[in-house]
Parts: sequence; structure tokens; C-alpha cells
Amino acid sequence: MTPTEERPQGRKRHLDWLIFGLCAGVFFSLVFLFPNQGTVSARAAWQYLLEMVQIMPAVLVLMGLFSVWISKEVVVRYLGQGSGIGGIVVAILFGTLPTGPLYVAFPVARALLDKGASVRNVVAFLSAWACIKIPQELVEIKFLGAEFTALRLGLTVVFVALMGWTIERVLERTERRTGNDRKGKRA
Amino acid sequence: MSTTAWIVNVLALFGLVLSLIEDRRKTVRALAAGGRAALQIVPAVGTVILAIGLLLGFVPSDAIAQFLGTKHGFAGTFLIALLGAVLYMPALAAFPLAGSLLKSGASVTSVAAFITTLTMVGTVTLPLEVKVFGKKFTFLRNGLSFGIALLIAAIMGWVLS
Repeated sequence: MTPTEERPQGRKRHLDWLIFGLCAGVFFSLVFLFPNQGTVSARAAWQYLLEMVQIMPAVLVLMGLFSVWISKEVVVRYLGQGSGIGGIVVAILFGTLPTGPLYVAFPVARALLDKGASVRNVVAFLSAWACIKIPQELVEIKFLGAEFTALRLGLTVVFVALMGWTIERVLERTERRTGNDRKGKRA
Repeated sequence: MSTTAWIVNVLALFGLVLSLIEDRRKTVRALAAGGRAALQIVPAVGTVILAIGLLLGFVPSDAIAQFLGTKHGFAGTFLIALLGAVLYMPALAAFPLAGSLLKSGASVTSVAAFITTLTMVGTVTLPLEVKVFGKKFTFLRNGLSFGIALLIAAIMGWVLS
């Protein structure tokens, strides 16, 4: 992992702990003030805590392994060469592999565009990165069921492919009208 | 432990052993990366667990079912999709929350809309995305993603109910 992946987290991490502390304060005051509903709350929270403890360590290990074995450099190398028909499929597959939040994917996707990957594939890649992470999907199956997860992912893949194509067409049309660089100006 | 929990743990163990055999230094780095991710995710997951507790204890499931159930249809779904677009929450923490909403009577449509906008539309990261890709690309991608999320949610509600 590169340092860029951790930098934006620094300040946010304190905020997350602060919010957690406040939430814990509210939670325990409410549980003690209203023991009736409080018992239900405490029991529900405890049950969800147990369920999370059973899977989180394993999910985090998987995320760590993915981040080390499938580096961003590997993704760019394979996708940057601009593939033909199966391009979108490959882009989606590759988007599911690396881990990390979406903003980590922005520079990767920019590098892909600059290396000549099509807008269509880059949109597919970004969307897959955003919502089809493999270790993460195991958690979705756990809490929302295999049927829900499979249907949501299937529909997402179809619509993301359509969206990639649409965005590419729109950007191409503007480019023809204004004569701008195809990928827009670099900031 | 549930079946899914078993599968996840077996997968992780299998991957770990394979990785150790292949390259020990890389495996140590992987575990360190996992540890760093844990530090980032623990407060969010903790907050969500407490929120789920409060939700299930203090908010009557009738209220959840009424606001996010099938009755109110579009308005409830649209609002929760908007919430998903604006909130910045790791998906890992959002799944248990979504699961508890579903159990309390929220419709499949609402829950699917929430998860999909949460992961695909990034309001907080909008400025960064504009910087990297330009305004046009960013607004197209986020706007279309929001629309797509509503469509996916509608189809899911239709298929799974």
C-alpha cells in the first residue's frame, strides 16, 4: 500500500472514535434510563457484536491478503492495455479484487485512462471497486442473504455496463462539439 | 457459527496458509494491512452495532415498517437512497444495519437502494473525484449511479417480494 491510502484517514479516524464515544454514551444512558426497551437494545447489540466478531477478523485477513497480492500496479498493468470485447467483464473482475475505499481507486482509474483504457471500462472498474469487493460481499451474504446479494450484484453489473457505455457516448459527443481532449482536462 | 461465518473463516485460513507458503514477508505485510484496516473500521462498526441496538430496542418495528416498508413506496425509498448517497460509512458496517432494517419490516427495495447508493455515490468524495476526472464525468457517474440504484432497488423489490 502506498502512503496516499492512509493519509486522508488520519483526521477522520479521530472523528470516528469521537462519534463512537458519543454513541456509546447515548446508548448506555438510554439503556439505564429505560430498562424495558434497554434490555432489548442491549441484547440486540450484543448479538450483532457476536456475529461481527465471528467474521470480521477473517474478512480483514482476506482484505490484507488481497491488498498485498493484487496491487494497484498489477491492476493498471493488466487493464491499461485496453482489452477488446470482454473489456467490461475484465474491468469489473479487476475492480472486485483490490481493497480500499473508493477515493483510492480514483488515481488508479486516472492512470488507466491515461494509459488508453476506454471510458466505458474505467467506469465499470470504478463501480465494481465501489460496490463489489469480494471479502465485503461475504459480509453482505451473512447479513442480507445469498439471494439478495446475488441479485443485487447481478443487476449492478448489468446496469454498470450500460452506464459506462452511456457516459462514454456523452463524453464523446461533447468532445466532438468542443474539440476538447477526450478525457477532459487534467486538474 | 453460521455457514457463512464458517466459509469466511475457512477461506481466510486457506488464503493465509497459501500466502505463507508462497512468501512470508508479503504475508506479514498483508496482516499489517488488515490490522490497519481494523483500526479504521472498528469505531464505525461499533457505532453501527450500538445504533442497531437502539433501533431495535427503541424504535417500534411498526414505525420502521411504515416508513421504509412497502406501503409508502417511493417516498421512503427515495429518502433512504438520498441518505445512502450522503452518508460516508464503510459498507462492512452498513450490511448489519441494513440486515436489521430488513428484519424490522423495511422493504427489500428500501434496503437495496440504501446499500447501492451508499457504495456507488460518494457525496463526501465528490470534490476529489472532480479534481481527478473533471466535473462532467463526476456528475454523470454519480447522477447515473443514483438513478441506477433506484432502478436496481425497484427490480429487487419486485423479484424478491
